[in-house]
Amino acid sequence: MSLTIQEVVHIAELARLTLSLEEVEQYRDQLSAILDYAQSLKELNTDGILPTSSVLPDRSALREDEVLTGLSIDQVLKNASKKQDSQFKVPPVME
Amino acid sequence: MTSLTTLSIREALVELSAGRISSLELTQAYLDRIAKLDPKIKAYLTFTPDLAMKQAKAADEKRKKARDKTALPPLLGIPLAVKDVLAIQDLRCTCGSRILENYYPPFSATTVQRLLDAGVVILGKTNMDEFAMGSSTENSAYFTTHNPWNLTRVPGGSSGGSAAAVVAQLAPAALGSDTGGSVRQPASFCGVTGIKPTYGRCSRYGLIAYGSSLDTVGVFGRDARDVALLYEIMAGADPFDATSMEIPVPHVDFSQNPDLSGIRVGVPQEYFIEGIQPEVEKAIRTAILQMKSMGASVHAISLPHTKYALPVYYLIAPAEASANLARYDGIRFGLSENEGNLLSLFKNSRGNGFGSEVKRRIMLGTYALSAGYYDAYYGQAQKVRTLIKQDFEKAFEHVDVIATPVAPTTAFKIGEHSNDPLAMYLEDVFTLPINLAGVPAIAIPVGFDSENLPIGIQLLGSHFREDQLFKIAHAYQLTTEWHKKTPDL
Repeated sequence: MSLTIQEVVHIAELARLTLSLEEVEQYRDQLSAILDYAQSLKELNTDGILPTSSVLPDRSALREDEVLTGLSIDQVLKNASKKQDSQFKVPPVME
Repeated sequence: MTSLTTLSIREALVELSAGRISSLELTQAYLDRIAKLDPKIKAYLTFTPDLAMKQAKAADEKRKKARDKTALPPLLGIPLAVKDVLAIQDLRCTCGSRILENYYPPFSATTVQRLLDAGVVILGKTNMDEFAMGSSTENSAYFTTHNPWNLTRVPGGSSGGSAAAVVAQLAPAALGSDTGGSVRQPASFCGVTGIKPTYGRCSRYGLIAYGSSLDTVGVFGRDARDVALLYEIMAGADPFDATSMEIPVPHVDFSQNPDLSGIRVGVPQEYFIEGIQPEVEKAIRTAILQMKSMGASVHAISLPHTKYALPVYYLIAPAEASANLARYDGIRFGLSENEGNLLSLFKNSRGNGFGSEVKRRIMLGTYALSAGYYDAYYGQAQKVRTLIKQDFEKAFEHVDVIATPVAPTTAFKIGEHSNDPLAMYLEDVFTLPINLAGVPAIAIPVGFDSENLPIGIQLLGSHFREDQLFKIAHAYQLTTEWHKKTPDL
């Protein structure tokens, strides 16, 4: 199968990635080749087979509802590029 | 006296407790060797000599002051290298990526913390493929690590820095991570012992996420006993990781008797395929015969869905990666490239911060999860994963362990696969199924090819039976010398 340039641009938009035109063309070819390879999965009949999302037995990990010490605000903000008044600072969401 | 860096961890502990060496001397020996050899091997991304000397000094003082020497932490004063995918509080953690070039984690990974509590000394953080995506360390945003056996070859990946550090004696042991083979394949390419534990055996807290249903924390060492020593300290449930299991970690009692009577070794026909390097196949078959001569019984088995593991993995792992790596948004941590509004902050930070393989996998995963394609790709891959897992469950009804090559070839040349992602993915064909099934595996050296490059076997066990893998690997190492070979540097 072959992806189109428009499809690659759409995926990059969904993935929130700025790509150069060169990258778009490269990924179109490479992703098409990888997806071709993945077509072999379609030859298997998987009717009635349950999907595996985890190899562990289904269980809920519960704990007592105790208050634990978390990270301090300073620690949490330490790696942020922009901060103000103990908060992360972001550009306007809507203009 | 032989050089301190040739000592195994067990030997070093004997010398330390007898007072014949100090942790400061041992640590200094490693730092000296790193200063001399790492410029050509490039195993380390970050060196921590000051931290190491401080920890070594504290370890020596603790040992000196202790009234009850038997109550000392079990690894007191032993140096260790840590793959740069594991967080250590306030120590730079790049994950091999530009996007985390200046990231200083505010906490430590549980596995690292348990080893720190056991007394280890941190030598530094080792090089890796960016976000653990790769099989050669060539995807590191910083530099490629060189295989100590032949500097023109890759060390394997993604934990290539850790494997190279151990075989070059730039660390007595090192931590790695294994999502699709990232401990076993570099262990094989560098000729060291490496464990990929059962999924859920070691906490993933503080391990930077790649594929969360596949990720495991592993260990590299000079032999199975050293690896088991670290593994037993790291393993076990952790309240910070809901997928870590409350299953007791049995202490392996290493006998000095290399008897494998009663052990049933399965050999799956699907792992001896066309395209495998003949010398690799020969070394693996010889190692299996050696196990037979030690009392094991050998059985031909079939894992019929093996050939589907590669496409299943390269849909599931990128899908999980595309979700996990959504956290790199340029706001809370990591590179922030702000041009205008929030959307351009996301897109520019990610577009400029991630390397090409990481972007390729994010794109692939985003596509596999996107509307209209989910069932055909991700949904079908999850169902085939069930069939692969069932192959192993059926096999382990009849055998105790399964023996296969780690990789179809020995270490390839730097640059050989750099323009062909699919060819690079094929290097992982024998290691990926194990992560999809979640079973444990150990890689140990079993020979060399005609170019003096190491060959590794992997032994697979049923869930949470690492103890059996360590026992068999140890028995093999009692009767062979492959794990003792070191490169001339």
